[in-house]
Amino acid sequence: MSDIRPFNSQDMSLQPPALTLDYRSSRLRAPSHKLLSLEHGPGELTGPTFGHDVIGPNDHDLIINYAAPGAAAIGEQIMVHGHLLDENARPVPQVLLEFWQANAGGRYRHKKDGYLAPLDPNFGGCGRTLTDEKGYFSFRTVRPGPYPWPNGGNDWRPAHIHFSCFGQGWAQRLITQMYFEGDPHIPLCPIVQTIADPQAIDRLTALLDMAHTVPMEFRAFRFDIVLRGRTSTRFENKLEGN
Amino acid sequence: MSCLQSASQTAGPYVHIGCTPSVAGLKDMYGGYDLGADIFPPNVPGRRIVIVGQVFDGTGDPVLDAMLEFWQADSNGRYGANGPSGGWARRAVDADAGRYRLETILPAATGEEAAHVKVWVVARGINLGLHTRIYFEDEPQGQDPILASIKDPSRRSSLIAQRSGGDGYIFNIHLQGEKETVFMNV
Repeated sequence: MSDIRPFNSQDMSLQPPALTLDYRSSRLRAPSHKLLSLEHGPGELTGPTFGHDVIGPNDHDLIINYAAPGAAAIGEQIMVHGHLLDENARPVPQVLLEFWQANAGGRYRHKKDGYLAPLDPNFGGCGRTLTDEKGYFSFRTVRPGPYPWPNGGNDWRPAHIHFSCFGQGWAQRLITQMYFEGDPHIPLCPIVQTIADPQAIDRLTALLDMAHTVPMEFRAFRFDIVLRGRTSTRFENKLEGN
Repeated sequence: MSCLQSASQTAGPYVHIGCTPSVAGLKDMYGGYDLGADIFPPNVPGRRIVIVGQVFDGTGDPVLDAMLEFWQADSNGRYGANGPSGGWARRAVDADAGRYRLETILPAATGEEAAHVKVWVVARGINLGLHTRIYFEDEPQGQDPILASIKDPSRRSSLIAQRSGGDGYIFNIHLQGEKETVFMNV
């Protein structure tokens, strides 16, 4: 039987508000009404699941998953790894993670990206994997480049990897971005700065992980993701809710 | 031990690369199949319907880079009962007019909740994915707690798909403005 306890509510103090004037695209796309609160029903507590049958053997290796046979993407080779957890520090196992990113020069393989940096014929820029029974995931890629974008005239995105995370219920669905430790664009970026809490930004920032770096091959970066947890049925929490 | 929820960040304009690679132009990625292209196995029982619509911004211009995900019960009111990802679909809106099209089956009501399809909207400019629901104008809405909690009839109607001949329904999503769709803190 699946766990049917409701999920904790979204902690809005940790989430970016809808309207963030410095990120101009939000101005006409932010709802102005307050979100309507909702009790979790069967459809919020369940969600789609994905098996190993949908995942190809190279889906989690962006260095080769779009490359010609024997070729590899250009750029600094890295491994990104970590755990998908919930707020109760429980692993979120067997769920789908999808990633996408620009290439080492900061160019996306997308028909709408016209940045002057060249495409890499051996880099597609997407990957996916399932978390294991401990919520652990890892993938290989090249470190993406920063790139300019039309917002305020001279805005550059810090190097980042987009993450799409399923959970065990529809209420846990999350899309976010991972940044790299030490990137000077993090404090300057209007998208990063939609998050008010500096520690919440730090939690989206991957740390260099020398313990898992393979000498003469690739560096490792550590990135953990936390989804909403299920409510406790314990008595003290019931009191808290009154 | 406890952990703090990770913050959301916008899916951005290039969400298609990761989620619907064929729309981004990566035709052969993942065997050429975008996950979520089919919501149910072809033989699933139920009344076939087609939901179409557009996504609009606060000036009424179509949003051309949104991605929508759908999650619904089957014709017996069960979630996740038709294969692992049965009942779940994903669509990139088209780049010309922000249109989507979902061929599915009519979900059944579950408990007090009237028949509906859950929708999650992400796009450039959306910092935190937006949840809404598609209800159906010709299905009983009974005591549905969401619909009952919306007092303003024009706001309530933003959640109700209009029948449009044959097996079709129209459901538009307005991110902002006079016709703003009701979004939910799920």
